[in-house]
Amino acid sequence: MAPSPGLLLNGATRYVGIDAILEQMRRKAMKQGFELNIMVVGQSGLGKSTLMNTLFKSKVSRKSAQPNPEEKIPQTIEIKSISHDIEEKGVRMKLAVIDTPGFGDQINNENCWQPIMKFINDQYEAYLQEEINIDRKKRIPDSRVHCCIYFIPPTGHCLRPLDVEFMRRLSKVVNIVPVIAKADTLTLEERDDFKQTIREELRANGIDVYPQKEFDEDAEDRLINDKIREMIPFAVVGSDQEYQVNGKKILGRKTKWGTIEVENIAHCEFAYLRDLLIRTHMQNIKDITGSIHYEMYRVRRLNESNAGPGLAPGQAPTLVSAHTNGQTKVNGGPPNGMAAQCEVLTHEM
Amino acid sequence: MIERPETAVPSIAQRNLEGYVGFANLPNQVYRKSVKRGFEFTLMVVGESGLGKSTLINSLFLTDLYSKDYPGPSQRIKKTVQVEQSKVLIKEGGVQLTLTIVDTPGFGDAVDNSNCWQPVINYIDSKCEDFLNAESRVNRRLMPDNRVHCCLYFIAPSGHGLKPLDIEFMKRLHDKVNVIPLIAKADTLTPEECQLFKKQIMKEIQEHKIKIYEFPDTEDDEDSKLIRRIKEKMPLAVVGSNVVIEVNGRKVRGRQYPWGVAEVENGEHCDFTVLRNMLIRTHMQDLKDVTNNVHYENYRSRKLAAVTCNGVDASAAVTHEPSAPSPLAQMEEERREHVMKMKKMETEMEQVFDMKVKEKKQKLKDSEAELERRHEQMKKNLDAQYKELDEKRRVFEDEKVNWEAQQRILEQQKLDASKTMEKNKKKGKIF
Repeated sequence: MAPSPGLLLNGATRYVGIDAILEQMRRKAMKQGFELNIMVVGQSGLGKSTLMNTLFKSKVSRKSAQPNPEEKIPQTIEIKSISHDIEEKGVRMKLAVIDTPGFGDQINNENCWQPIMKFINDQYEAYLQEEINIDRKKRIPDSRVHCCIYFIPPTGHCLRPLDVEFMRRLSKVVNIVPVIAKADTLTLEERDDFKQTIREELRANGIDVYPQKEFDEDAEDRLINDKIREMIPFAVVGSDQEYQVNGKKILGRKTKWGTIEVENIAHCEFAYLRDLLIRTHMQNIKDITGSIHYEMYRVRRLNESNAGPGLAPGQAPTLVSAHTNGQTKVNGGPPNGMAAQCEVLTHEM
Repeated sequence: MIERPETAVPSIAQRNLEGYVGFANLPNQVYRKSVKRGFEFTLMVVGESGLGKSTLINSLFLTDLYSKDYPGPSQRIKKTVQVEQSKVLIKEGGVQLTLTIVDTPGFGDAVDNSNCWQPVINYIDSKCEDFLNAESRVNRRLMPDNRVHCCLYFIAPSGHGLKPLDIEFMKRLHDKVNVIPLIAKADTLTPEECQLFKKQIMKEIQEHKIKIYEFPDTEDDEDSKLIRRIKEKMPLAVVGSNVVIEVNGRKVRGRQYPWGVAEVENGEHCDFTVLRNMLIRTHMQDLKDVTNNVHYENYRSRKLAAVTCNGVDASAAVTHEPSAPSPLAQMEEERREHVMKMKKMETEMEQVFDMKVKEKKQKLKDSEAELERRHEQMKKNLDAQYKELDEKRRVFEDEKVNWEAQQRILEQQKLDASKTMEKNKKKGKIF
């Protein structure tokens, strides 16, 4: 039996210092900073911008960024991405909020998901291009959409055909987190009924929202994620105004019959959403985006470029080195770069 | 001298009564008659599913029109827009009200909502057409009034403004029916948001020149104050509820949240009481009048103009029934048909008559022939018998003659004999 270093030596604590790597990683991460790209999708008037402001406790939404907010509903769906640098306790984060005004607002909403899918795929494409460059940057700017928050209007009955269509298509390319918008419309019983109906419909339509069951790594993860899955979709209320309640200043909405506290779990589930997105599962979200959604895109893309007469116009295939994305397998094969890349890929997948 | 013009307009002079005549009782008579007759009211609710239409109807009329056993159409999302009608008879204080609620499940729910207003328009037009036909009939004792008197349009509480669908719908329906826009689920909005939203909506309504139902101006000061207050609050922000909750010892209809109870009938919480008073207590008759005088007349003039203009019903192309021309043409048709029918019947009868006559004649001829035959036969018989008899007589005559002859001969012989004897006697003694 090989002695495990540092433990079996006379029982005396001989400290090696492996756990110091955590500290090193932390310092590096602090220096590098994090990137998070969140997309918000939903009909106009569901409180998307307000929720973003509430999540990050600052005016990060599109409305706040626009100097003169025009409330006109755009005729076609636009995709607007606003980036912010926010910092907390020395940790810097580059947050990008991608807004989709015009989604689901027209009379005829056929294919309103297409611009969004195109945008997401474009981000993957940009990342892919950076990756297959010969001279790569040290840190590829990550503009891939990590998480898509889908706002469900609080009808209280069931999902609309538009919701089902959209989520079905997009759950395959991005992590979707469905939320019930403006949840102060629903009483607690109505809320529970609504959630139940939504969960059943999601299951019936085969829509896998975040956290996806298949990506649970171990039992501990599964436990945590199961608890989250019980609560999906979160019934959220957003607010960027502060009121005094019981001597404390809290974010909320004041109506004639009471004040709704945004961070009060008894009132709404905003706290859970925030914890999920920021405090506990942010890294997991980014991982899944990077390692699963992006990889699927990459496989598809490179396969079709290999099968077809070359990459899409405007994107010239470039020679690649044998070093593939951190994998240890070294490819010393033929200099035909793209084919080699594909060989490696198909072998790995 | 003031010259009086020759053609003076006769003015209605006001006279004072010297006693109590009694026509002050007229309103009571009208009242009694209408109470006996009962009232009809048709209310249409339009809006996306999940906006609380059924709940609001239940709250308005304080009955469960949509209950667990008869679930409202909002419990299931329909594939196409349908128009469903449910009739209820409610009584209060001796007054009967036949209330028809027209619901439009599936409105605005599909992915592609173009023309989702078409079934609604068709329904309203068909009801007006029914009334037009009933009005033009000869016997119009029973004229049920199924026209849509009021359309409550539910706007989703987005807080921003009207959606393109809302604008399209209201633009198409504002000259067919009284449109009253409502902000649904108003407990989503804080009072400030509500005000902003209302202002935004009114601005957009004016921008797109949508004619929503306007309250009639009255001369009464108090009423006009009330009306002005209502006008300021348009569109009304309503909250509906099916459940009764206890608040501070009072039982109120409301919605129970963890942070408080939103009361439906509290004027500070929402405009539900305003809506109810306006719709039922004060302006129901006015809604019916406007429907009758304005919207229905518009429809009627459009329809009849289309007919008389072309001779063919041009507006039939718009409606779904190709064989429903205007009443005049219809009457013509009917008359023509009737005449044709009569002619046909006449010819038929004549034919039948001829046939019968022929038959009878034939029968008579046959029997005549038969009789003739028999007559002949009998005659023959008789002749034969005559002949026989003649024969027999002849024979008898012959025999008689013979016998007589014989008799004579005998007599002669006798005579002869006697003669001879005598001779002999004379001679005789000879022997």
